[in-house]
Amino acid sequence: MASTFDTVAGIIADTCDIEREKITPESHAINDLGIDSLDFLDVAFAIDKAFGIKMPLETWMQDVNEGKVSTDEYFVMKNLCANIDKLVAAKTA
Amino acid sequence: MQLEYFQMVDRITELDLDGRRIETSCQVPENSPIFEGHFPGHPILPGVLMIETMAQTGGWLVLSLQRFARMPFLMQVEKAKMRSFVEPGRLLSGEATLQHDGSGYAVIQGTIRADGKKVAEAEIRYGVVPFPNDTLRGIMLENARRIGVPETLFHAE
Repeated sequence: MASTFDTVAGIIADTCDIEREKITPESHAINDLGIDSLDFLDVAFAIDKAFGIKMPLETWMQDVNEGKVSTDEYFVMKNLCANIDKLVAAKTA
Repeated sequence: MQLEYFQMVDRITELDLDGRRIETSCQVPENSPIFEGHFPGHPILPGVLMIETMAQTGGWLVLSLQRFARMPFLMQVEKAKMRSFVEPGRLLSGEATLQHDGSGYAVIQGTIRADGKKVAEAEIRYGVVPFPNDTLRGIMLENARRIGVPETLFHAE
């Protein structure tokens, strides 16, 4: 079974036409991979469908805009995957 | 339809919130300056207006599901197909089903039929955001009443 990282990296590679090798756990989706907001909509939709979750993107962006966290918290790949794992675990709990 | 005002939906004929599905009735007018240009001697409804019709059909579904608390704006169109020409005077029926209700976005699958035959389809994605002002919300509520959205949906649960 593919890891969360492999699934998400695959989604990003396919959706945004980014070479799979360029996507590492430390990659920042926006700053390193250059994904813009419209592309991220595609990515979010694919992730929501693949994992059966609803990523609370608006809450995340609110946290960032209010200065509670940096974008790293949600957009660095390993952190994004950790958040996805939490949402999946909450779904099945 | 009032093409020049970009109002494509005349009436909601079916609204199934549990099933996340809507059907609309959209009467293509006989005359419009749009047909004079598109095209002289061969008036047909522009394909982009068929996409707009699907977007508005789905938009009313998203608005109703949101209880008119937030506004959907067209962001992305996927796999749009215009399968047949649509002449002035045709009665179209729009249909949309919600594919996904995301955080700050929504996705519908839209279809337009004429005489029961599919003439267009597309996947439409919206950004769903708070109304930018009360004026727009007020106008949307007025339009909603006019096309048959139940009054009960205007108040958040």
